[in-house]
Order: sequence, then structure tokens, then C-alpha cells
Amino acid sequence: MGFFTRKRSAESAKERLQLVLVHDRTDLTPAQLESLKNELLEAISHYIEIDPEAVQIGLERDGRSQKLVADIPLRSVSRHRAG
Amino acid sequence: MTAQVITVTSGKGGVGKTTAVANLATALAADGKKVVCMDGDIGLRNLDVIMGLENRIVYDIVDVIEGRCKLKQAMIRDKHYPDLYLIPAAQTRDKNAVSPSDMTRICNDLRPDADFVIIDSPAGIERGFRNAIAPADRVLVVTNPEVSAVRDADRVVGILEAEEKGSPSLILNRLNPTLVRNNDMLSAEDVLDLLGIQLIGIVPEDESVIIGSNRGAPVVTDAKSRAGQAFRNIAKRLQGQEIPFMDLEQQGGLWGAIQKLTGRK
Repeated sequence: MGFFTRKRSAESAKERLQLVLVHDRTDLTPAQLESLKNELLEAISHYIEIDPEAVQIGLERDGRSQKLVADIPLRSVSRHRAG
Repeated sequence: MTAQVITVTSGKGGVGKTTAVANLATALAADGKKVVCMDGDIGLRNLDVIMGLENRIVYDIVDVIEGRCKLKQAMIRDKHYPDLYLIPAAQTRDKNAVSPSDMTRICNDLRPDADFVIIDSPAGIERGFRNAIAPADRVLVVTNPEVSAVRDADRVVGILEAEEKGSPSLILNRLNPTLVRNNDMLSAEDVLDLLGIQLIGIVPEDESVIIGSNRGAPVVTDAKSRAGQAFRNIAKRLQGQEIPFMDLEQQGGLWGAIQKLTGRK
């Protein structure tokens, strides 16, 4: 990385803190979050077909509260037209 | 008169809690308020030296709790402000000598005769911290713009919420405007966004704080000190006044002028 593109340290501090605080506040380790994701996806796929590659699940901050945000695209089902 | 009890805490040690307590108490007394400050750090007392009162201690808070003296006897009058008192911590005991209900009882005894009771919490989130927050009407969290201090402050804010102590106010201490300008220090906006609590003051890094503590004279008594000004402003806000936040960007000196000319931020 060149001198002009180097990320200044304040930015790293903020990004690292954002992640750490979300996990501290929920008392959920990254590994636990990963297994939560997997179980969630498994449960959903019992009912509808999803695209596991496109799934995004993560913790987000909203002021002092945390949200579990999931973006789960459904797999497009090819429809057979009558006639 | 019914005093407001204010506890100053931080999670991490060394961020400036004791300095904040000494300065806010002194500034409030300079504004004509009756103020009692209490050192909650049993076994590691320091508020006495920061206020320059270490030679006047006879009794301490544990003597009061264990009935060896009256509350008034453990209140040390400040050298300059007759309405400013310190109740020192015990130095040779541990934090288990005091309970949260002891602290609440002592504060209730102080309330009728004071405007403000300010408690200096020890670092950490254990017994001493629990003692310090038990009687609080309001909590101030001190932090520095630095990853470990902000992380620990967030833990403390979470505990205060869980204990239904209400949302605390933030004192961002030791901000270095030059480092912030160069994007090498978290800005006040960054810290507020991360912690999600209200701001009550930003104190710039200032060598006069060390000079003041060397002398046992809190920096609010130094009219020229920027940190002193910041603490005087916080004391006014504690009294309900609306005081605008200081412009920490106004940087004097040649380097500041060059940076302005070249537009480097």
C-alpha cells in the first residue's frame, strides 16, 4: 500500500471497536454467531429454498441497542407456463 | 437543600476519573456551591493527593462506617474553598469494608447540607464500583479516545443500563486535537457514535493537568489552562447551564498556521 492510500489509524480503531462492542454487548462470540447462522439457515430451508451463498446475517448497532439483521434471498423457482 | 449525588466512573483505570472529580468539585465550589467529594477507591486512595489534602487526614470513610468517628470528623475542609470537603478512602483496608448500603446511608446524611456530593469510583466493575454507583442520582463516565478505554466505558454503560441507573453522560478526556486532525485519534463524534450516550464535556490533553497534580492544585484554578476551562464548563453544565462546547480546533502556533495555509487537515 502506498503512502497516500494508507488507512489512518483512527479509522482502524473505529472499525475494530464497532465489531468488538457488538460482540461485547450481545455476549455472543463470532463462533456462536456462525453456528446461529447455520441453524437459522437450516430451519428456513425446511420451508423454502434459499441461496446459501447470498445470505448475509450479522449484528448491527442502532444507538445503544443491537439488531440481528438477516438478508436471505430466496432461490428463484423456474415457473412452467401453462400451454 | 438536597444535594445531587454524582458518581464519576470509567471501567478502565488511568483515564482521569480522580482528576475529573477534583476539578469538578473545585469548580463547583468556586461557583459558590457546597460540595463534598468522596474517594471510593478503598486501599488505593488518591483524591487526597490530587486535591493537596493528604496531610490533613485523620479519619476516613471506613472509620465513619465502623463508628469510630462522626461523619463531620471525616470531612476535610479544602485549603481554599470553605464549602468544599473531602471524605478520604481508607488506605489500609479493602473494598469489602464498605457496602452499597453504607454508601447510600452516608450520602443520605450528606444530602441536606450540600449542593453536590461527588463520588470518585475505583476502576473496574466490581465491589468498589458497585459501592460508588449505589447512591448516584447521576453518573459521569470518563474515557479517553483510545480503543481499550472506549471498550471498557461501553461495558460500564451497559451495566449502568442494566442497573437502571439511567443513561450516563460522557467526559471525553485527553483529546489531542492535532492527532484527531491527522486522523490518528478517534474524534469526539466517533466516540459518541460508538458509545451512544450524551456528551457533557471534552477535555483537551494539557500538560498543565500534570503540573496541577504535582502541586496538589486542580487545574480549574489555572485561568489559562484549556483543560481547566473544559472542566469549568462541565461544572456549569452540571448546574443546568447551557454552555457551548469549546472549539478545540483553534490551534495556535506556526505549525497550525502552515496547516491552515496549505489546507492540510
